[in-house]
Amino acid sequence: MADILVVVEHQEGVFKKNTLSVVSAAKALAGLTGGEVDALVLGDSVAAVAGVAAGTGVRKVLLGEGAAFGKYLASTYAGAVAQVVKAGAYGAVFAPASTFGKDFMPRLSGLLDAPLASDIVGLEKVGDALRVKRPMYAGNAIGTVELVGGPLLFTVRQTAFDAAAMGGAKAPVEKVAVTAEAWGMAFVSRQETKSERPELTEARMIVSAGRGIKAQENFKLVEELADLLNAAIGASRAAVDAGWAPNDWQVGQTGKIVAPELYIALGISGAIQHLAGMKDSKVIVAINKDEEAPIFQVADYGLVADLFKAVPEMIAELKKLKSA
Amino acid sequence: MKILVAIKPVPNPDEKVKIKGDGSGIVLDNIKMVVNPFCEIAVEEALRIREKLTGEVVVVTVGPKEGEQQVRTALAMGADRAVLVEAGTDLDSLAVAKVLAKVVADEKADLVLMGKQAVDDDNNQVGQILAAVLGWPQATFASKIEFAADNRKANVTREVDGGLETIEVALPAVVTTDLRLNEPRYASLPGIMKAKKKELKVVPLASLGVDTAPRVKVLSYAAPKQRAGGGRVADVAELVSKLKSEAKVL
Repeated sequence: MADILVVVEHQEGVFKKNTLSVVSAAKALAGLTGGEVDALVLGDSVAAVAGVAAGTGVRKVLLGEGAAFGKYLASTYAGAVAQVVKAGAYGAVFAPASTFGKDFMPRLSGLLDAPLASDIVGLEKVGDALRVKRPMYAGNAIGTVELVGGPLLFTVRQTAFDAAAMGGAKAPVEKVAVTAEAWGMAFVSRQETKSERPELTEARMIVSAGRGIKAQENFKLVEELADLLNAAIGASRAAVDAGWAPNDWQVGQTGKIVAPELYIALGISGAIQHLAGMKDSKVIVAINKDEEAPIFQVADYGLVADLFKAVPEMIAELKKLKSA
Repeated sequence: MKILVAIKPVPNPDEKVKIKGDGSGIVLDNIKMVVNPFCEIAVEEALRIREKLTGEVVVVTVGPKEGEQQVRTALAMGADRAVLVEAGTDLDSLAVAKVLAKVVADEKADLVLMGKQAVDDDNNQVGQILAAVLGWPQATFASKIEFAADNRKANVTREVDGGLETIEVALPAVVTTDLRLNEPRYASLPGIMKAKKKELKVVPLASLGVDTAPRVKVLSYAAPKQRAGGGRVADVAELVSKLKSEAKVL
C-alpha cells in the first residue's frame, strides 16, 4: 500500500507524547498493508519538535513551517495536511484523538472526501480487507468498521496503543512548502490550566473525585493524596458541572479517556459516561459510601466508607509506607 | 440571524445498551429515543441568540421518519420550524454532512449550530466535515459564543486539552457545542401544544441528489472486555496493603 502520514501534535514548541501512540498505530497499519510511516510537523520555528519526531522510528519527518502555522487553526492545518497527502500520495493519515486531532481530521475528511474512523483502538486484516475497531455507545460496544475509498483517515485512542520507543537512529528532516488558508478563522487567545502535576492522559496514577467530594475546598484532600502518589487529578462530570474542578479534569465519554496503572475514584457513583473514560485502567479503587454504586462493579478494590474518613487514613498509611 | 440547528435522535444515554446476539446491531426495542444531549445544547444556544438578535431558528435532522418525535421536542423548546430529510437508515458522517450542506445552502443560514458529538456513534465529525464542504470557518467544542457588534463575526471559546482557547470566526460559520455552553430549557406544555402546529417539512433524501453511499461501514458490534471487578476490602489498611503486595502498584 501507499505510505502513511502521522500528524504530530505539539504545544508551545513541545512535542506531545500522545503522538508516540499514534506512530505505533500507523506502524501497525504498515505491518498489515505495507508502506512506510512519515511524520508531519506544522508550525512556526518548530525544528526542535521535528527533531524529537525524528527519533520516533519514522522513515522521515516533513517540516512545514510558516508564521501562519504559529497558532493552530483547523482550517490551516487541514488544508496543509491535504496538500502534503496529495503531493506524497499518502494512503493513510493518522492523528491523536485529542481535541487537536478531533478538530482538524474531520475537516480533512471533508476536504479530501475521505473516510475517517474516530478514536480507533485496534486494526486487523481479515483476508484482504482492513478492519478497524472503535468504541461506540460510551464504550459499551466495540464496532468493527470498514472504510471505503481513500485515503484512510484515523484518529487514535492514545491508551489503546503502546507508545513508540524513542531513540535509535534519527530520521532525516525534510522541509516541505505548504500554503495556509485561514477560511475566515483567526486565533485570539489561549488560557492554560496551570498544573505542576503529571498530565491526566499521561499519568501513571490518577485520583479522581465526584459529587461525593461536596465542595471545591475539599479537593485539597484529593490534592494531598495525589501529591503523595505523584498522581494526576481527575473529576467526574458532576464535580465539573458543580464548578468544583476545571473542565479539562473531566474523565469520561465527553471528557478525557484515561488508562493509568492505578485509578482511585473518590465519591464517584460510576455513571455510564464516566466509566467510558476510565474502565481500561489497570487497577481501579473505589471509595464510596453507597455500597450499591455501580463503580463497585468495575473496581478491583472497593471500600464502602465515608471518603472524608478514608482518605485521611489512606494518606497516613501511605506516609507510613514511604518512611518505612 | 438565521440559525440552522442540526439534531440527532439517539438512544437514552443513561441506559446501558445491549448488543444483538449475532452482533449485527444494538437492541433498541425498549430504549427511549431522545434528542442527543449536545444537540439540545445547540438548540438552546440558537434560541438564546434569537432572543437577543432576532431571526429564525430552523431545526434539521437527517434519518428515519421516526426522528420526527425528537424534532417536535426541539420545536417545543422554541425553534420556529423544521426540516426532516428522510433517509431509511443511519448515514455516515460524510453523507450527513453533504446532505446538511444542501439544506444549509437552500436555507441560506448565517450560522449552523450542532452538538460536538452524538452519544451513540461517538464520532465527533459531522460539524467539521460540513464546514469543509461549505468552505466555512469552524469552531468546535464551544463553551461560549460572543458576536461582534455588526454580527458578522463571533468570538468562540473552545474547550481544548490543557485549558481554553478563543478563536474568531467570520459568519457564516459552523459551531459545535460542548456541555458547558448552556443549560437547555425544558419544553413547556404550551410549547408542546404549539409545536404540533409548527411547520415540519419532510424532504425525501433522493430529491437532494447527494451521493450517500456509505464510506464508513459498521460491520458488527461486540461487547467490550468485561472487567472482573466487584472486589471489596474491609478498611483502608487492607486497601493499602493489597495495593502494595497484590496489585503491586504502590
